[in-house]
Amino acid sequence: MSRVAVSAAVSGRLVRTPISGAALLDAVAHETAGAQTAFLGAVRDHNAGRAVTGIDYAAYEPMADAELAAIAAEAAERWPGVRIAIEHRIGTLAVGEISVGIAVAHAHRAPAFDACRFAIEAIKARVPIWKREHYVDGTRAWVDASTAGAAGAPTTGATP
Amino acid sequence: MRVSVLLFASYADALGPGPLPLELPAGATAADVVTALRARPGAVALPPAPMLAVNARWAAPATALADGDEVALLPPVAGG
Repeated sequence: MSRVAVSAAVSGRLVRTPISGAALLDAVAHETAGAQTAFLGAVRDHNAGRAVTGIDYAAYEPMADAELAAIAAEAAERWPGVRIAIEHRIGTLAVGEISVGIAVAHAHRAPAFDACRFAIEAIKARVPIWKREHYVDGTRAWVDASTAGAAGAPTTGATP
Repeated sequence: MRVSVLLFASYADALGPGPLPLELPAGATAADVVTALRARPGAVALPPAPMLAVNARWAAPATALADGDEVALLPPVAGG
């Protein structure tokens, strides 16, 4: 994983360092883009009725990196003119830290919103990333289908 | 042929993290990797049809394997 600043107009990658929504928006900003949208997912303090104190994010790294880049490319292909930057963090995150960030810019708001929504749903459906929650009693557990819904389905329980 | 098996998250906890070298007959498929793993301790953690990737790309169980392939068993993803 690179540590360079986000620069490409179409990019998706794993990162190990904190995600900056402002940096992602800066990366996609352009004179032609009158609309900028962003989605930030953060670690929540509860899930499925349990208090959560942090999350370990693990990935099949080369595949996850490639899938994130592919999702960005697909968004740019599906909504011509879209500029998009996606980052998903791995490692151990505390409550409140950003786990995934997406910024999209376009001349018009509809493609910007649509591409942003497409990207987060695709990430949740097909990027090989897993999370292990830390609970207040000191135990940890992988979030699985019983709490995260079926693979590929948008979830309501485990994720922002 | 010899392939390398990768396991992640709950599957890695149950079966060990790998990479696990596995010897398979010519003509083997990704599904044959799952079958071979079912004989191992901890295999009860695997669902009837775990999701698979071959060489870091999503793959159907019927995907034919070649010597040196990297086959990953992927629990339901939970990114975001």
